[in-house]
Amino acid sequence: MVRITGGRVYDPANGVDGVVKDIYIGEDGRVVGSLSTNADTNRTIDATGMLVFPGGVDVHTHVAGGALNFARGLVPENQRVAQKFVHTPELRAGIGGLTPTTFATGYLYAGMGWTTVNEAAVPILSAKHTHEEMHDIPIVDKSTLLLMANNELMLDLLEAGEFERAKSLVGWMLWASKTYGIKAVNPGGVAAWKWGKNANQLHQPIEGYSRVTAGHIVMELARIVDELGLPHPMHLHQNNLGVPGNVSSTIETMNLLQGRRAHLAHLQFHAYGGQDWSTMRSGAKEVAEAFMAHTNLTCDVGAILFGDAVTITADGPWQHFLHELTGRKWGNLDVENETGCGIVPYVYSDHKLVNAIQWAVGLELLLLIDDPWRVYLTTDHPNGGGFWRYPEIMRLLMDVEFRKAEVKKLPPETLNRISLPEIDREYSISEMVIVTSAGPARALGLKQKGHLGVGADGDVTIYSEKPDADGVMFTHPRYVLKGGTVVVEEGQIRALAEGRVFLVHPEFDPTIEDYIRPTFQKLYTLSFENYPTEMTRLKHPETVACVPQ
Amino acid sequence: MITLTLKQPVERVPLEAESICPDVMGALDNASIRALPVYLGKRQCRIDDFFTVDGEKSDDIDVHGDLRKVRWIGRGMTRGKISIDGNAGMHLGAYMKGGTIDVSGAASDWVGGEMSGGTIRVAGNAGGQIGAAYRGSPRGMTDGTIVIGGSAGLEVGMRMKRGLIVVGGPARDFAGLEMKGGTIILRSGAELRTGAWMHRGTIVSLTSIPLLPSFLYSSSYTPTFMGVLVTHLRTLGISVPFDQQAGAYQRFVGDTSVVGKGEILVWNPQATASPSA
Repeated sequence: MVRITGGRVYDPANGVDGVVKDIYIGEDGRVVGSLSTNADTNRTIDATGMLVFPGGVDVHTHVAGGALNFARGLVPENQRVAQKFVHTPELRAGIGGLTPTTFATGYLYAGMGWTTVNEAAVPILSAKHTHEEMHDIPIVDKSTLLLMANNELMLDLLEAGEFERAKSLVGWMLWASKTYGIKAVNPGGVAAWKWGKNANQLHQPIEGYSRVTAGHIVMELARIVDELGLPHPMHLHQNNLGVPGNVSSTIETMNLLQGRRAHLAHLQFHAYGGQDWSTMRSGAKEVAEAFMAHTNLTCDVGAILFGDAVTITADGPWQHFLHELTGRKWGNLDVENETGCGIVPYVYSDHKLVNAIQWAVGLELLLLIDDPWRVYLTTDHPNGGGFWRYPEIMRLLMDVEFRKAEVKKLPPETLNRISLPEIDREYSISEMVIVTSAGPARALGLKQKGHLGVGADGDVTIYSEKPDADGVMFTHPRYVLKGGTVVVEEGQIRALAEGRVFLVHPEFDPTIEDYIRPTFQKLYTLSFENYPTEMTRLKHPETVACVPQ
Repeated sequence: MITLTLKQPVERVPLEAESICPDVMGALDNASIRALPVYLGKRQCRIDDFFTVDGEKSDDIDVHGDLRKVRWIGRGMTRGKISIDGNAGMHLGAYMKGGTIDVSGAASDWVGGEMSGGTIRVAGNAGGQIGAAYRGSPRGMTDGTIVIGGSAGLEVGMRMKRGLIVVGGPARDFAGLEMKGGTIILRSGAELRTGAWMHRGTIVSLTSIPLLPSFLYSSSYTPTFMGVLVTHLRTLGISVPFDQQAGAYQRFVGDTSVVGKGEILVWNPQATASPSA
């Protein structure tokens, strides 16, 4: 049991904005209204002169599973120069960097003050692997999203116009993979990639199908997610990622999603104007305006930071293009009938026009979308840069002078292609908490996360009020509590907890198995019995209720 | 001057000693140097578990003993001098940026791996991957000098971008593999596939060597830049034939199976320079 006293508490979900008040965490690791005063087991943390936040929530990251492990193998040069975690009696050995090892991932997130992460891309075939890895990511709570928009069993049902069976299939797959929500990556494009094609148009049939289009998949999946009542809306990586001029298809997709819930992932990569690389400019203004008008949507930015990155995505065709563009090495996975995956290491250079525009677009989206409850801070780790660099973005958002000084360092020809120099908005501390914790927790449908009200999980991050010597705040929290246990103190990991795994068990017609089983046995390389992930494989599972809409 | 003397030979399990480096030891007193960490396999130990330590607070480090199982000496050093009286283990001077390393005996693989400055001299033989890119990296050494007195192993200067490597004895296969720039001087030639996949850069061989069919004969001449190089090499105590009455360099361009802007210059004492050159 813990009492945090004297700190300025920022809990925007409960309307608390920098008020000095005490926070109590009870025996069950949840926030309570008061503690019995005579208990000797209480620990008091004096947070005088400090800021008290709910633990950070990462709504879109890649930290476990087949694709990430493939990337670890493909970029030994990054791991060699990455931060080392030396084996101690308490901690496991590990490597940080852009593709951290499992244990190091937990240490890095907790060390930064983040306590919940959402692994945004899991194929069912790799679900067992993902759950095994997540068990080895300590401290943080995890949820996972299932890749469905290129699953050929489902596309076949949509082609046949069998919506109800498609819905049952999605429900079955979710439960079989023990995942939490639905991710759509380049809908139809990855299926087309298996024919050497892509899906650039929203209303043209996908290669190999005569009726199903990308737009069709987007709408039907969003409807399925709503009808199954999943706590997190459809998580959409749209078509045409990274392509100059993709603003039009981004806005068209938003219009298609009218009346449905959806979360648009890494919107920065979908907000480019111009016709080609030489005319590319920021499309953040148009995208932000359209986004503001669609109150049914949430998004994360997927901002980029200059320096090394590793691009990991199920968007196979884009990755092949990126490999041809950069000449860097390329890895490609074909995940049977479910999805694909591509890996390309990449460097965002501050003297390249395209990268400078990308850098600006991420910040512009965060600054132009003026409802912080709907836009969240991510780098699409490790696609735009390592998650452990979030404090750099936080500084750029909170300090307009610093940001303008950084803008001045961009190549001069960038300036008339972006709107960042004209934006004077600065994030307040409270808004910072919303985009890093309260907002993403709400979008994920995790009611006990992202706030410090009674009943919330005792996930608390306490920062010093003053920036460190380099002028950076929020890099090294003074304390991090997870479920009421002090896990980080004085820059050291003090305690290790095994985080929970969130999953859903939606209702679906079990007879769908009669469709899946024979098709599966005909098409897949493993036996049907080995396909689903067993419940016993999950450590500390917690099922979140579905509320059909 | 700091003097480290190996107490007993390191056998079987290698010792990882990147703390033997002027940047780490330079400012420390004797007791702090003794306490610096080294790793015997996965076990963390202290320097004085393996070495007697004399002296303190100096950028000049002398190491005595057979260090063939001691790895990462001088890793990332930026200044000062390390003199090794004996043999050195793998990754000697890897990532180094400045300063000097002298080895009186032999060295193992990955001498100066991905170094970006400074000088490494090895009197005896060295292993493979001298000045090379580590596995997965796009580029090897980007500057600096490596002089090997004896022979060298495989993949000398693999993916090197800039800098100079001189090998006294014969080098094994794949010298200059996927080289992107810089200069390799092979004083006693090399075995097979020299310069395979080289994009740019210069390989000079003072003896005739087997060449890949993807290298094309260009001309027989004595390149002007050789004068500058020879002057520089003289400061390192190395002589290379230049400006003699007889003999010329035969120039081969390649590797034409890739970009093909590299060159291999083979010294031929019987040849004469083409009139146009």
